[in-house]
Amino acid sequence: MGYVAVKGGTEAIEHSARLLTYERIKGNSEPLKIEQIKEQLVLLVDRVMGEGSLYSPGLAALAIKQSAGDTLEASLMLRAYRTTLPRIGYSIPESAREMRVIRRISAAFKDIPGGQILGPTSDYTLRLLDFELLNDSKGTREEYIKALLKDIESPAPGLQPLPETFPKVIEVLRKEGLLEESAGRQYPVVNNQNGSFDITRQSLSFPAPRSATLQAMARGETGGLLVLAYSNMRGYGDIHPVIGELRVGFLPVRIRHPYTGEPYTVGEIKVTEAEAIAKFTGKEGTPKFTLGYGLCFGHNEIKAISMAILDRAMQTEEPKMVSENQEFVLSHIDGIESMGFCNHWKLPHYVTFQSDLDRLRKAKEKSGFGNSEAGAGK
Amino acid sequence: MTQDYNFAFIDEGSKKEIRRKILKAVAIPGYQVPFGSRELPIARGWGTGGIQITLSIIGPDDTLKVIDQGCDGSVNAVNIKRFINAVTGTKTTTDTTTATIIQTRHRIPEEKMTEEQILVLQVPFPEALRTVEPSEMETRRMHGEADYSRMWLYLYEDIVKFREISIGARYPVMVNKRYIMDPSPIPRWDIPKLHLAETLYLFGAGREKRIYAIPPYTPVEPLEFEDFKFRVEDFKEAVCMRCGSNDTFLDEIINDTTGRRTYFCSDTGHCDKVLEAKRGEGS
Repeated sequence: MGYVAVKGGTEAIEHSARLLTYERIKGNSEPLKIEQIKEQLVLLVDRVMGEGSLYSPGLAALAIKQSAGDTLEASLMLRAYRTTLPRIGYSIPESAREMRVIRRISAAFKDIPGGQILGPTSDYTLRLLDFELLNDSKGTREEYIKALLKDIESPAPGLQPLPETFPKVIEVLRKEGLLEESAGRQYPVVNNQNGSFDITRQSLSFPAPRSATLQAMARGETGGLLVLAYSNMRGYGDIHPVIGELRVGFLPVRIRHPYTGEPYTVGEIKVTEAEAIAKFTGKEGTPKFTLGYGLCFGHNEIKAISMAILDRAMQTEEPKMVSENQEFVLSHIDGIESMGFCNHWKLPHYVTFQSDLDRLRKAKEKSGFGNSEAGAGK
Repeated sequence: MTQDYNFAFIDEGSKKEIRRKILKAVAIPGYQVPFGSRELPIARGWGTGGIQITLSIIGPDDTLKVIDQGCDGSVNAVNIKRFINAVTGTKTTTDTTTATIIQTRHRIPEEKMTEEQILVLQVPFPEALRTVEPSEMETRRMHGEADYSRMWLYLYEDIVKFREISIGARYPVMVNKRYIMDPSPIPRWDIPKLHLAETLYLFGAGREKRIYAIPPYTPVEPLEFEDFKFRVEDFKEAVCMRCGSNDTFLDEIINDTTGRRTYFCSDTGHCDKVLEAKRGEGS
């Protein structure tokens, strides 16, 4: 008989969980160490920390291991862990001008104050499979690093050591008065300790303040942000951005001492920051540049750039396209929410379906099509 | 698991905030109160709104019942019950009358609940007006101004097209003559149980970050017209194959081999009880 699920549900899910673990561990290779994920799958760890909105490479690596590399599942685990932690306080806002930069480029100017620093990027690598990696070993790695360090220690003549910080490229435009500040579209903010909206404590209401917009995007799903940003730059929108500056580097995390109020540095986080410049015509008819801003955890340039484009798109005076509609963008970019809801359709919907059946049969009966008598099965 | 986490998983500050939002919801029946919904180790859309409410109000002395589609033993109900039990150590039951908190998805138990109990409903779409208006900004305005004409028009057009209101489950209701509310995807069968009930109903939408409530003895009326009345599901002559009840919401089961339709109670806890009582009579 087909009467299911009255009993046995507990056993079924326990067996299912055991099978899931088995799938992950059944191979003959050595168990993956957390350190290996943390050090060798850096970009994956960065992405999961961002979408999980918890900066902890160790926990992110654990989540990646446990979820067998599913970024959505791993991010969900981090978010859920976050729920168990009390909110102690807010850090002091940092200016990205003070960033300890490992990479910074500008597509707007050929020569920028401080110079273009390529840093580590896959942009100019040929995406050819490197079959050498099949024979990867500790020895080859050590040699590689030794050679690299030797070059760094004896730089070519005339090269200057990098400065501690770099000036921001967009300051040039700001000084000339060519930049329209985004602050014009600020909405009243419900105050928290540091004066910005906190989307983890309050649910978004629309129109949302810009601090909420940027937070929501910072923990948005990379693919989701990319889709919406791409739709805008491709033609369902009007942003033709120039990357004013993209930087990757480290920012200090500073908090105030609870008694003395003195700022203390408690650590640092790696972030990617993008500033996209887009042209628009102001109300007085004079063309100006506006700025779209993106900043996310870790090294994730696609995400930061997508954020910047969407930030700018959402400031469009009269939104027409989906990527310009703040409510649309912010309601659909969260990977944890969208994956959960997409998955939930696997849950039983017998009751609602039964209810719909009843309506359909009734409507059919009334309109005189066919026989809807229960049990007839004509 | 319990050793590593706070009682009821969520940190105390967050639980307090959720309780404050529940109080606000109780004070304004049918009004959707936004709250800072937390992520749980269960995916969004799988009852996280209801679970957050339950975790925020549950104490060590409570007795919990969890059902999905009316069933205590379905995998999702079991999973939620297991989680809450693991982080609270609270007793669980399948008996509607002995539970102090019942968390449910898509059903209200058949047995009448009392003032001493709370029913927590999981909500996928907290906004009843979403059918006629996709924008949250706009639906909040509509609620604020009680501008419900488009909802009424929708029902009217349904009648014109189908000679019947075609809404199956999630039938919109008017709460306390003020707010149109989504009762969560319960069948129409359960809608009358909301009206002037003795029990506190709490609704939690985790993904959409809303909490709302129907306090005890609140008038709750399904939207209907004078000449087109609200009607519950019609099971005609069908009875439960297991316990013989003809006064319960039924699941329709299609037999694999014969293709014949048979019916069973959706509320399995109640079905068990009826069956037991009958066996008792027989012996």
